Amino acid sequence: MQAFIVRRILAVIPTLIFTSVIVFASIRMIPGDVIDLMLAQNDISTGNERALIEASLGLDKPIYVQYFVWAGNLLQGDLGRSLWQNTPVTEQLAATLPITFELGFLALIVALSVAIPIGIYSAMRQDTAGDYVARSFSLLMLAVPSFWLGTLVMVFPSVWWRWSPPLQYTPFLEDPFGNLAHMMVPAILLGLSLSAVTMRMTRTMMLEVLRQDYIRTARAKGLAEHVVVLRHALRNCLIPVVTLIGLQAPLLIGGAVILEQIFVVPGMGLLLLEAVFQRDYPVVTGVFLVVGVAILAINLLVDLTYGFLDPKVRH
Amino acid sequence: MSDVTASLTATLSGSLAPARHPVVAFHRRLFREKPLGAIGGILFAVFLFCGLFADFLAPFGLNETDMLRRLQSPSWSHWFGTDHLGRDVLSRILFGAQLSVIVGFLAAGLATVISIVLGVVTGYFGGAIDMTIQRFVDAWMTFPDLVLLIVVISIVGPGVPQIVIILGCLYGIAGSRIIRGSVIGIRENMYVHAAQSTGASTPHILIFHILPNVMPVVIVLFTTRVGAVILAEAGLSFLGLGVPPPAPTWGSMLSGTGRTYMYLGPWLALAPGLCLTVVVYAINIYGDALRDLLDPRMRGR
Repeated sequence: MQAFIVRRILAVIPTLIFTSVIVFASIRMIPGDVIDLMLAQNDISTGNERALIEASLGLDKPIYVQYFVWAGNLLQGDLGRSLWQNTPVTEQLAATLPITFELGFLALIVALSVAIPIGIYSAMRQDTAGDYVARSFSLLMLAVPSFWLGTLVMVFPSVWWRWSPPLQYTPFLEDPFGNLAHMMVPAILLGLSLSAVTMRMTRTMMLEVLRQDYIRTARAKGLAEHVVVLRHALRNCLIPVVTLIGLQAPLLIGGAVILEQIFVVPGMGLLLLEAVFQRDYPVVTGVFLVVGVAILAINLLVDLTYGFLDPKVRH
Repeated sequence: MSDVTASLTATLSGSLAPARHPVVAFHRRLFREKPLGAIGGILFAVFLFCGLFADFLAPFGLNETDMLRRLQSPSWSHWFGTDHLGRDVLSRILFGAQLSVIVGFLAAGLATVISIVLGVVTGYFGGAIDMTIQRFVDAWMTFPDLVLLIVVISIVGPGVPQIVIILGCLYGIAGSRIIRGSVIGIRENMYVHAAQSTGASTPHILIFHILPNVMPVVIVLFTTRVGAVILAEAGLSFLGLGVPPPAPTWGSMLSGTGRTYMYLGPWLALAPGLCLTVVVYAINIYGDALRDLLDPRMRGR
């Protein structure tokens, strides 16, 4: 197991390096007017100052030196300062990351509690009307844009019943119920869109497992059907479903960006969008980097869990 | 068993029947074996038709305002109602379809070309180039599509050419994995070894032996990418980072200033999202059916 862990961690390193190169390249692609913006903000505009700022940003050095300086700062937790609020980017990220994490976690709970029961049902009633409806629903969820569902939830209850989802964010520690009431609607929408793929996967795995010899044996020795399904089949079919959580992490974060914007959840997605519109590039690239690293970390964790659950994977 | 017999007789009668264009023959088979996929194909064709002929189909102009007819609910003269500036929603939906067709096909086309080049090169040659490129693809696929798009658009600015290029690169790099996988499978076939041993040049092998055999995968990839691109473009437009206004896109019709008027005219919230869902759903089930018929090995993935 130890060798497996070391091997997995070593395998992530090249990807991590490429990830940092992509983020660094995005920083270098930023148009030159950022310096003009900074000059305008600080009310200085002489040629001398410009050279000074370029030097302070390290723009006068060769590009590979710039990369190493940037990566060095990164390892010390320095992502630069926001151009607008002049606070360290790390501070803003630390404030918003837990909120997005909470949204993602709630959405995952919704997704699994919708997808797994329906997936099992669909597999047990293969090729019946119920299976057909479940599969169509999952295909449909892949096509419905979350921003449209979000819009519908905002508009129609308000028009019909004069009810609209709460949009006031309260920290969980201050008012847990107020916080959950606000997060629930975006979490359900995000969870529904994630459930589509998980449902298909659960169904496929369940169908495969139900055809195994040990299931036939379990049935032959007279076990009740629910024991066969829940204790013998489900346990074995859930292992690959765990890996899906890792594969869906990008979908989850992408969806969170849109839903945070609609439901005014002050998470990382909203931070990213606000920074984009204010052309606050240090914040944009900071979020970009954190998202990439977070997804790599989630995938690594999922891989390790998978190795822990299924001894075959370790080799 | 009956399935096998049916498809066997179908193939036999297909080969015995008078020569027909293969695309026509293929779609006959699609209708017979995958009725749901065929419905998807028909809806996809209707969408293409609307997009291509929006200029002739739209009853009103693209940005023709009529302040006396603001926020009218759906009626015979305005099927989908009018918006807060008195513009006909149906006409804007049709012009939005046009934009989606343009962006969808250009970006999916670019993505397919990138996928083929990257996938064939890495899959056929393998080795160090493959290893390096694959680690880059890993890193690239780490980022959520939408976050990557937002960051790049924030740097290069919104606009149709930028969006086509970015979406093309985004899905092209991700899709190269699929092409690479099938090239690796084809590379080990006897006919490729035979070609190599008769001294055929590498470009010759790539073009005449590898490429024709990945075509089924390419066709499916292209079709499903059109749907993905349309959805991604709509998401960007919704966030105000897509095709700039006043161009009517399905995403931007659901956002911006129009959003505040939805409470007075709820039909404004329906048409664009419904069209998006139906089109993407249709493309997905059509793509699934194509995959099942063209490449049975990919079934269920």
